[in-house]
Amino acid sequence: MRLDLLEKIKDNVWEIPKSGDMLVAGRIFGSEKLVREMDDKVFEQVTNVASLPGIQRFSLAMPDAHWGYGFPIGGVAAFDPDEGGVVSVGGVGFDVNCGVRTIKTDLTVDDVRPVLRKLVDTFFEVVPAGLGSRGEITLTGNKIYDVLQEGAPWAVGQGYGLEEDLTFIEEGGVVTGADPIDVSETAIKRERRQVGTLGSGNHYLEVQYVDEIYDPAIAQKFGLFLGQIVISLHCGSRALGHQVGTDYLKTLAGASRKYGIPIKERELVCAPINSPEGERYFSAVNCAINYAFANRQVISHLVRVGLEKIFPDAEMKMLYDIGHNTCKIEEHIVDGQKKKLYVHRKGATRAFGAKRRELRGAYQGVGQPVLIGGTMGTASYILAGTEENDGAFASVCHGAGRVMSRTKAKKLWNGEKLIKDLENLGIIIRAHSVHGVAEEAPGSYKPVEEVVDVINNTKLATKVVRVRPLGCLKG
Amino acid sequence: MSVSFDYFEHEADVGIVGMGDTLEEAFVGGALALFSVMVDIEGVEPRLRAEVSCAAFNIEELFIEWSNTLLAEADLRDMVFSKFEIDVLEEGRLHGYAFGEVLDPKRHSLRSEVKAATYSMLSVEYVDDLFVAKCVVDV
Repeated sequence: MRLDLLEKIKDNVWEIPKSGDMLVAGRIFGSEKLVREMDDKVFEQVTNVASLPGIQRFSLAMPDAHWGYGFPIGGVAAFDPDEGGVVSVGGVGFDVNCGVRTIKTDLTVDDVRPVLRKLVDTFFEVVPAGLGSRGEITLTGNKIYDVLQEGAPWAVGQGYGLEEDLTFIEEGGVVTGADPIDVSETAIKRERRQVGTLGSGNHYLEVQYVDEIYDPAIAQKFGLFLGQIVISLHCGSRALGHQVGTDYLKTLAGASRKYGIPIKERELVCAPINSPEGERYFSAVNCAINYAFANRQVISHLVRVGLEKIFPDAEMKMLYDIGHNTCKIEEHIVDGQKKKLYVHRKGATRAFGAKRRELRGAYQGVGQPVLIGGTMGTASYILAGTEENDGAFASVCHGAGRVMSRTKAKKLWNGEKLIKDLENLGIIIRAHSVHGVAEEAPGSYKPVEEVVDVINNTKLATKVVRVRPLGCLKG
Repeated sequence: MSVSFDYFEHEADVGIVGMGDTLEEAFVGGALALFSVMVDIEGVEPRLRAEVSCAAFNIEELFIEWSNTLLAEADLRDMVFSKFEIDVLEEGRLHGYAFGEVLDPKRHSLRSEVKAATYSMLSVEYVDDLFVAKCVVDV
């Protein structure tokens, strides 16, 4: 991206000045290097989003931003329903509430290294992943609807995990305003056998260890220590989410025409929040959000089952569960006024600070954990939300962000060789598709530490620990 | 029949292209490209047939609707498709068939799951005596 098109606000914060049809300015977080390396489509998409009705304050892009669908991946925008604000498929995507859950254990890297391969093989057997995989649960009768309305608490009620897990999930693992009547019959049918499955592509289950602590006080409050084994899973709402996305892409394309909303890119199809189409879409998104929470809750239970096969006395507790493809109703202050806004985060994570009342009970007084996935060969990070967040509606990046296409990655890297190279570094990979491994090569992503440093240095969130991969299961 | 298919670069995902002498052939090519993202279709026998009907506002959105309907129908049947036929293709309406078999991870070479065909880079055009239909798919 050309820096001469931007105004530098301060270190790591750049502005696309308001012009033409833009209703607000664009704001991009990134070092000079990261912003220069961002593709030009990010500029175009931030500008396009800025022209949507009812948008508040800024159209935002995080330091891992790259070309997306309507919104850039790493895009954030908030809309006021009282100002004709819209909900858009581009701001949520086809994997609704794709997110990360990190699970703490009382094991150390020295406990796990001697049996690492056996542990990863066990997870490979126990956690369904990959194209066509089916879970152990078949949703029959009213369970199909229950899971869409009850989310993670539904899974706990079915015996998957513990009641206390729910305290460590955004929203307690369930959002209200989810009516299954707004989800199509096709989506309902596709949902039936996928609860408790990981998916494929950039989804994973990773055994990690804490290898550096940046903020000892917060690390202690999060229950994290050096050498500790944690397990992270990255997945979303599976075929239900995909179908909600495709169903409403068509519905909102019609709505955009009906309400005469000028959209600059087809993927930005949208509807006024206060319209029948907008309300139905938001309700369907809430159903898919709940489904993803339930999915990650079931997989966590399978992780517990797997772990206990190798370490029968291991303790496992949830650290946190966050989503990074969502639209949520949140209160934020805009121009000194408290407003209820519909905040779209597409490949971006919420990062509530210590004083947010939504963190009641769990991490109030600390700030919520923010889980940023890196690559299977490098590192991931755990941060804490801060109060100095209102520039970006309490949002941060979601990961490293891609720098090259999957096609190019497959030309540069061979999946089998990559697995061997990572094994030489002590990292065990088990994958259902070796093809997919090449696409996910560490070199096809931005350096995650650079992205996280921007988040830390702009005080959007605070670095707490770094974790390194030991073993990875991919779909 | 001169159906062919190809891919184009996209930073996060992949672009599919279907080409042919007729619009139907371009749509069939697009479907072949779509399922080739997920599996090596050479190894998929056309043993079972699924009927496909869909409608959309215009020809471009119909290409997306065709693609996403195929993804849903395959998923609902635990199948992958490797052969396609279209007998009705009008501005807003399509009717056709998809052929394939139940997905078998032991026999079929699995690639990446496709979440959806998107409106990104979507076009259906007549270029150099060929119908070309393309879009980006989200993997």
